[in-house]
Amino acid sequence: MKKIEAIIKPFKLDEVKDSLNDLGVKGMTVTEVKGFGRQKGHTETYRGAEYTVDFVPKVKIEIVVHDDLVAKVVEAITNAAKTGTIGDGKIFVTSLNEAIRIRTGEKGDNAL
Amino acid sequence: MKLKHGLIVLMLLLGAAGFALAQTAAPPTSAPVPAAATPAPAAAPAPTPPTGSPGAPGSIDAQAKINSGDTAWVLTSSALVLLMTAPGLALFYGGMVRKKNVLGTIMQSFIILCLISVQWVLWGYSMAFGPDKGGIIGSLAWFGLSGVGYDPNPDYAATIPHQAFMIFQMMFAVITPALIAGAFAERMKFSGFLLFTLLWATFVYDPLAHWVWAIGGWLRNMGALDFAGGTVVHISSGVAGLACALYMGKRKGYGTEAMPPHNLPLTVLGAALLWFGWFGFNAGSALSAGPLATVAFIVTNTATAAAALAWMGAEWLHRGKPTVLGAASGAVAGLVAITPASGFVTVLSSILVGIGAGVFCYIATSIIKNKLGYDDSLDAFGVHGIGGTWGAIATGLLATKLVNPAGGDGFFYGNPKQLMIQIIAVAASWAFSFIGTMIILKVVDSLVGLRVSTEEEQVGLDLSQHNEHGYN
Repeated sequence: MKKIEAIIKPFKLDEVKDSLNDLGVKGMTVTEVKGFGRQKGHTETYRGAEYTVDFVPKVKIEIVVHDDLVAKVVEAITNAAKTGTIGDGKIFVTSLNEAIRIRTGEKGDNAL
Repeated sequence: MKLKHGLIVLMLLLGAAGFALAQTAAPPTSAPVPAAATPAPAAAPAPTPPTGSPGAPGSIDAQAKINSGDTAWVLTSSALVLLMTAPGLALFYGGMVRKKNVLGTIMQSFIILCLISVQWVLWGYSMAFGPDKGGIIGSLAWFGLSGVGYDPNPDYAATIPHQAFMIFQMMFAVITPALIAGAFAERMKFSGFLLFTLLWATFVYDPLAHWVWAIGGWLRNMGALDFAGGTVVHISSGVAGLACALYMGKRKGYGTEAMPPHNLPLTVLGAALLWFGWFGFNAGSALSAGPLATVAFIVTNTATAAAALAWMGAEWLHRGKPTVLGAASGAVAGLVAITPASGFVTVLSSILVGIGAGVFCYIATSIIKNKLGYDDSLDAFGVHGIGGTWGAIATGLLATKLVNPAGGDGFFYGNPKQLMIQIIAVAASWAFSFIGTMIILKVVDSLVGLRVSTEEEQVGLDLSQHNEHGYN
């Protein structure tokens, strides 16, 4: 059981979601986030007053999947979210101790 | 706390004065026969011939001289100018502040509409347009609109009821202090703001309107041309804004933290409503529904469009991107600049007025302000002070009697003297507004205070002054 966190460009969310659906991923959590990496921010100008915006809007997807599925999920996200330009985002994979479905109390892979 | 109560008492007194008056002197509106109710100001011969108003005063029944087309246009224009303050200016400014100050900013425009509406019928109109005292101020003879009735007052507008002229002028008195609010946005205490507005309207706006527009006013007698209020409305409010920005100091974090506009669509909507309402402001100032109103309407639209293009172009060349806020600001700058010129210049001249407004105001707000470092938060001075000054001087350059025989010829039409008169009018308005505003700021600061506390400023005006949030 692994947790996959992907930070992607917001406009790529639909494509990523569709390709994960095709893989049979049954759920995901999506959050609007801000941050920066190599892309850095941008500047805005209002009547000559320039502001540097350090944090760029991104979307964070969190999904938890069976170990067997991790490679395919990572590949699907990479293919769907890629534009080839700086700022495409990152994927983080971590091991997960436990998952519980609140309604039934099922645990582990059965709760996914 | 005591002072806060004092302010509330002041507001109540304002209302009580009106109530007492309504009981003692029967206002003309309550009389069954309108003509009988007015003590016939129109029956007396006018001391000086009216400028720009058709029809001569006669001794026949005054009601017969009222032109229904003119009256309809002036009343419609009054409503259009009201729309400039709320929602026009309220949205224009409201969108430019940070989210935590949107209600506080909109409230300032809205409540000025209420406050000055009452001040104007009680003593404002009388001080501005009432019987002259030495060219400086009107007497209180028309307090509570006493003697301001249905009959036309040919000194000001011979073909509409005197009260129609009064309500049209009221909307000008309303928007002028509302414009200043752009300079002290995001940091003024509501109680101090109310007292400041009331004192400023009474001791700066009313006298200045008298100088320029009233029979006997010294600038009017000198021949200064100000069709719809470049000096009275825009220079006065813009320069007052500069005084406020200098006196009150910068917002906390100005220059170090980002303070971008929180909702530019509101600002653009507000600018468009200002443009719409401005047809009442300028074309309505013809005080008649005819050729003069038509030309004022057309030059207003043309100059505004040219100014928006000019600001956008200047910014595009200078910084590489044409901004939406720039285009909207340019439109407002053009409206400001064409205001004094609107009944006096040709359509082609109005394009020059607009281009000048767009470029000069862009330089003032985007380059000079940042260099000098004062915090005129929403550019009340940069747009209204600079645009109004340019408009008044452009009137002295480009005015022609070909457009309005009751107006004058400017520098380029063989009359350099007009340019000098315009410069004197500009200088007088600058000096009077700046000094008057500084004195009023000092008085209000010592009585109730001007600025919110640092903590209140941090939290925002919406919560700290009104216990509300703009967005939930």
